[in-house]
Amino acid sequence: MCQHVIELAGLTKKYGDFTAVDNLNLNIRQGEIFGLLGPNGAGKSTTILMMLGLTEPTSGSVKVCGVNSTTQPIEVKRKVGYLPEDVGFYDDMTGIENLVYTAALNGIPKKEAREKAEQLLARVGLSGQGEKKAGKYSRGMRQRLGLADVLIKNPEVIILDEPTSGIDPAGVREFMELIMQLSREEGLTVLFSSHHLNQVQQVCDRVGLFGGGKLLAEIELTDLHKVEHGLDNIYNQYFGGGKGV
Amino acid sequence: MNKLSNTNHPFWVIVNKEIADCVRSWRFIILIFIIALTCMGSLYTALTNIAASIKPNDPDGSFLFLKLFTVSDGTLPSFVVFISFLGPLLGISLGFDAINSEQNKGTLSRILSQPIHRDYLINAKFVAALIVIGAMLFVLGFLVMGFGLIAIGIPPTAEEFMRIIFFLVVSLFYVAFWLNLSIFFSIRFKQAATSALACIAIWLFFSVFYNMIINLVGKALSPAGMASEYQIISYQRFMLNLLRFAPSELFNEATMTLLMPSVRSLGPLTMEQVHGAIPSPLPLGQSLLVVWPQLTGLIAATVICFALSYVSFMRKEVRSR
Repeated sequence: MCQHVIELAGLTKKYGDFTAVDNLNLNIRQGEIFGLLGPNGAGKSTTILMMLGLTEPTSGSVKVCGVNSTTQPIEVKRKVGYLPEDVGFYDDMTGIENLVYTAALNGIPKKEAREKAEQLLARVGLSGQGEKKAGKYSRGMRQRLGLADVLIKNPEVIILDEPTSGIDPAGVREFMELIMQLSREEGLTVLFSSHHLNQVQQVCDRVGLFGGGKLLAEIELTDLHKVEHGLDNIYNQYFGGGKGV
Repeated sequence: MNKLSNTNHPFWVIVNKEIADCVRSWRFIILIFIIALTCMGSLYTALTNIAASIKPNDPDGSFLFLKLFTVSDGTLPSFVVFISFLGPLLGISLGFDAINSEQNKGTLSRILSQPIHRDYLINAKFVAALIVIGAMLFVLGFLVMGFGLIAIGIPPTAEEFMRIIFFLVVSLFYVAFWLNLSIFFSIRFKQAATSALACIAIWLFFSVFYNMIINLVGKALSPAGMASEYQIISYQRFMLNLLRFAPSELFNEATMTLLMPSVRSLGPLTMEQVHGAIPSPLPLGQSLLVVWPQLTGLIAATVICFALSYVSFMRKEVRSR
């Protein structure tokens, strides 16, 4: 297996005169939880879209597991699960049906998909809610369903883009614990994008500080950092005052 | 090796889902109700007037069955007119929110992050809508034939049957044109309401205002009273060609020729050309030959719309919500 699961080299994305992502170099290792931390509009989501081949970089290259995302997005999307910010489901289908549909798009046979969907729903804490229409789900439940939806295709990497926005604090804590658990148990590589400093600090092994489309700093989060809130200082140094937004 | 039969190709998975969505949606139920009702109405007028429509020496007289689709007494339009009027509505209503509703629900980025080609989604949406429309048109066509068969008791000849099939296929192309146009707008405009309005505006333009504009142009350009025969004919041809920019005109010409075998030409004919011609119906092959340009035009317009939507969709950046 490749040592670096995600490799970004000289990645740049311009919208007209505006540079959303500026000459980004980043490597993410197998099995780690990597945090992309930065304020809104720092270019986190754009970077993620380029990793999935959902938008083309202006220059530079993205490789996920050694596969170029821009030229072979299908191969990449087979290995990567992506949970967008405020994920949407088909409201008139039940939670299970939504999951089975995703599984079918990944070529998983129907019977197997159904069993797997039931298991995953239990896993993300939605057991017994599978037969409910997705339109009736609360925001937090939708986000959990989104996580199940990401996991149903057995990904090697999962990318979570602001997955906790709009969930209450207790829900966030559970969600974060779930992510940590999954990463440890299944050996998944997780890319976690957020503007919440404390959430990133809670779960990540390594953090990339993002601002204005640039990677400002790459920090190994040792336990020391977690205890002494060392990241706070670094964050403040770059973005001044406040604990994120 | 049971795996292949158990797992469907992702493309057909999407088609399946889209068809299911469409058939269960309220808008489809409403549409099918309106269209079924109008077809029954047109069948009723056709059946009550079919006896009066048979005249001695009528070159179409031997094609009684086709009259089921075209005869009307003026109070209610015929089946053909209904299809040319309601077909666009059907196409627009099935396509106007194809992509933007997925975007607004936040499902687009989720679906496109699955290992499928991006064009699967748009192709599948098109194919699904086309299958639904095709099934509906053929069911209606066959229903009219069936009821007509029971009522008048004269079975259609093989040629009449083939003509009706071709008519239904042409209708399908016509509706497909509007479907593609509305899918294109659904990619262009973020709001479903905007794209629906844009489609309806184009439909209204071609069905109401276009003729008026052509008439104005026609008055301005009309040759003087002293004009030669040649000038008048070229003027007529020019006006007809202007009219043919409207897809509904292409559709009307194509269906009329297919359903009225006595139609020999769609342009102006001089006396010399008509002189000596026996007023007899054309065989099917010749009728098809007459409408071939119209058919090609209709298919070309459909393909252009599809290409436009394809290109703009492939280059679109897909953000969540």
